[in-house]
Amino acid sequence: MKKLLSGNEAIARGAYEAGVHFAAAYPGTPSTEILENLAAYEEIEAQWSTNEKVALEVGIGAALAGARVLVAMKHVGLNVAADPLMTFSYLGVNGGFLLVTADDPGMHSSQNEQDSRQYARFAKLPMLEPSDSQEAKDFVQEALRVSEEFDTPVLLRSSTRISHAQSLVEVGERREVSIRPYSKDAAKRVAMPANSRRRHVVVEERLQRLRQYAEETALNRLEWRRREIGVICAGISYQQVREALPEASILKLGLVYPLPVQLLQEFAAGVDKLYVVEELDPFFEKQIKALGIAVKGKELFPLTGEIFPNLIAEKILGKPLTVPPVIKADSEEPPPVRPPVLCPGCPHRSVFYLLRKQKLLVSGDIGCYTLGASAPLEAMDSCICMGAGISAGLGYEKGNPELKGKVVSVIGDSTFFHSGMTGLADVVYNRGTTLTLILDNRITAMTGHQDHPGTGRTLQGQPTVALDIGAICRALGVQRVQEVDAYDLAALEAVIREEAAAPEPSVVIVRRACALLDKSAKTACCIDEEQCSGCGLCMQLGCPALAREGRRIVIDAALCVGCGVCVQVCKFGAIMKAGEEDA
Amino acid sequence: MPKTTSIVMGGVGGQGIVLASKILAQVIQDHQLELKVSEIHGMAQRGGSVLTFVRYGTAVHAPLIEQRQADYLFALEKLEAWRLLPYLRTGGTLVCSTQEIKPMPVIIGQQQYPPQIIPALEALAADGTLGNFLAINALEVACACGQPKAANVALLGVLARTLEFPVDSFLHALAAVVPERFLAANREAFLAGFHAV
Repeated sequence: MKKLLSGNEAIARGAYEAGVHFAAAYPGTPSTEILENLAAYEEIEAQWSTNEKVALEVGIGAALAGARVLVAMKHVGLNVAADPLMTFSYLGVNGGFLLVTADDPGMHSSQNEQDSRQYARFAKLPMLEPSDSQEAKDFVQEALRVSEEFDTPVLLRSSTRISHAQSLVEVGERREVSIRPYSKDAAKRVAMPANSRRRHVVVEERLQRLRQYAEETALNRLEWRRREIGVICAGISYQQVREALPEASILKLGLVYPLPVQLLQEFAAGVDKLYVVEELDPFFEKQIKALGIAVKGKELFPLTGEIFPNLIAEKILGKPLTVPPVIKADSEEPPPVRPPVLCPGCPHRSVFYLLRKQKLLVSGDIGCYTLGASAPLEAMDSCICMGAGISAGLGYEKGNPELKGKVVSVIGDSTFFHSGMTGLADVVYNRGTTLTLILDNRITAMTGHQDHPGTGRTLQGQPTVALDIGAICRALGVQRVQEVDAYDLAALEAVIREEAAAPEPSVVIVRRACALLDKSAKTACCIDEEQCSGCGLCMQLGCPALAREGRRIVIDAALCVGCGVCVQVCKFGAIMKAGEEDA
Repeated sequence: MPKTTSIVMGGVGGQGIVLASKILAQVIQDHQLELKVSEIHGMAQRGGSVLTFVRYGTAVHAPLIEQRQADYLFALEKLEAWRLLPYLRTGGTLVCSTQEIKPMPVIIGQQQYPPQIIPALEALAADGTLGNFLAINALEVACACGQPKAANVALLGVLARTLEFPVDSFLHALAAVVPERFLAANREAFLAGFHAV
């Protein structure tokens, strides 16, 4: 039976059908739904891990123990997991092991657009890349087979356009695979110099055998059509090329590392003009050119962003598929942009309003609260990667003593567990004085509300121990740890002022559940028009429920959740909860 | 080349574009056609512009739609219709809700909400640039059915008027996709939209 599945749903289905026993991940767009879908299968033990490195390491243990394993993460998550990955390559597996990494060309939801294919070459591991949901499912099954046959971890690269595009998939039944017997093999699995010297030789030999597999596997496919134009491509670019050049011959690579040398030579010999269409890095192109094959790639196509059919047709055929001018509205002015914003009632809003008001240097981090950098809050000085808020914050005051007493590091609850704890230990150990604000909204919000070690619930929603953030901070040696309600503006303002100036490390846990998860009945706020001076101070909150209409400020009662932060900001007492007008 | 139909669906995060595309995808699937549906998650939610592509026919390769390739544009908010207009081919169909949701640059006074969107669209329909232009206030239609959240389904009713699939297919798909407790109101909103134009 055919079902309409996203790439992520298909990857989860593929793992289920392939008899996977264990799966782990840390959420990250566009990879998150893989584990969410796997959680529905009772046969699979699946978990959110604290971060991608931990997820990979737990997965390695499970594979060495004999289980078939899938671990998933977004592309930047693979950076976090790179340390175990590089050495796991030397160890080999026992049960089959598949690591899924989801890239984000075009950066729809990421801080960079690195090309994860480089990791396959770096770690000397095979990597597969599907071009639709059917292949996503099928490739998972083949990847696990290859993992066991070649005793290697295998990578599968997805991307936003694969993970979040739905297409029809023939679904099948689960084929149970027994957990392989475990036996100790320290010479293979204890990575220390004497062992690793031998294992590196094995890795290079394995890569040679994989090169032979690349020549023979059905993952790589020659599609002969007209011979004037030949295109080498993989993943989403295959679909874009089919759309743009329906007559062209194609060498479609399903195994993107290592490359099939003989197949490339055969294809190059069979066409008049040879092209590579690949997003981001010239990963294929450089390897193909190193074989002495003449091919055009990045001299035609950009190194950044996505590549669409029109551009392919324009660069290869000399004319785009469709011809401008596009339909445009009358005015020359582009329509106002609609950037993502903090939701009405978001507990992060008051924090950034006050940080801006107090003119503090804000070392930011990854999560919904990165939106605190946007207008009108604009209260963030830098944002790098998960966990960097705390450690880079320490660096600000170490690097420039004038900044001492002005640096605030901001991090979310899930991100704190992910990689904030080690940074905080560094602040304490090195006698830093930064203030760390932990914005505890009780969930991993940005990726769509996933549980984490602080929520007291597992991936499957089962009760578990809820780790206590305050107790962790105290145990890490922070003497000044306080909690404050994100909606209590006066208390929050006072505590930020006091703690930012404190001559020792301090932590303030700003608590309030994500506004999207608070299902209780809401009483919207309203404006007393007689009291409102139209000063617009409340507009500095950047709340989507507030708007200016001429001189007046209005509240959209359908959007307002009555958090009351604007009530506290107003200097004229002109905003109140509806129904409290006479109070 | 086999004919592929391309539909761009847009709105503001939280308006229910994903559900509307799910219902439409179910209709297409029930007619045994190939299809691809492409959406963006994550940062794009949180009140930002939301964009979904639906393509169907006997064979579909690229899941994405480029400028001037869409046969239909379905917009749950009029500024989003304006923004997405370049996707529509000349003579294409625009189905649009006249609802207005101010984006943050407008709320904080950096930019102005374009005042004349609907008259400008009417002019494009009059000179034939738009082959078909259907606009309703989907939020009002849905509110009248007692379920403001069903504005997406009300506008889907308008789109259903212009597509080749029978109305029963949509009602069947609604029942398959919408949770039971919201089904009656959504069915009512769909039919109200269907008969509104």
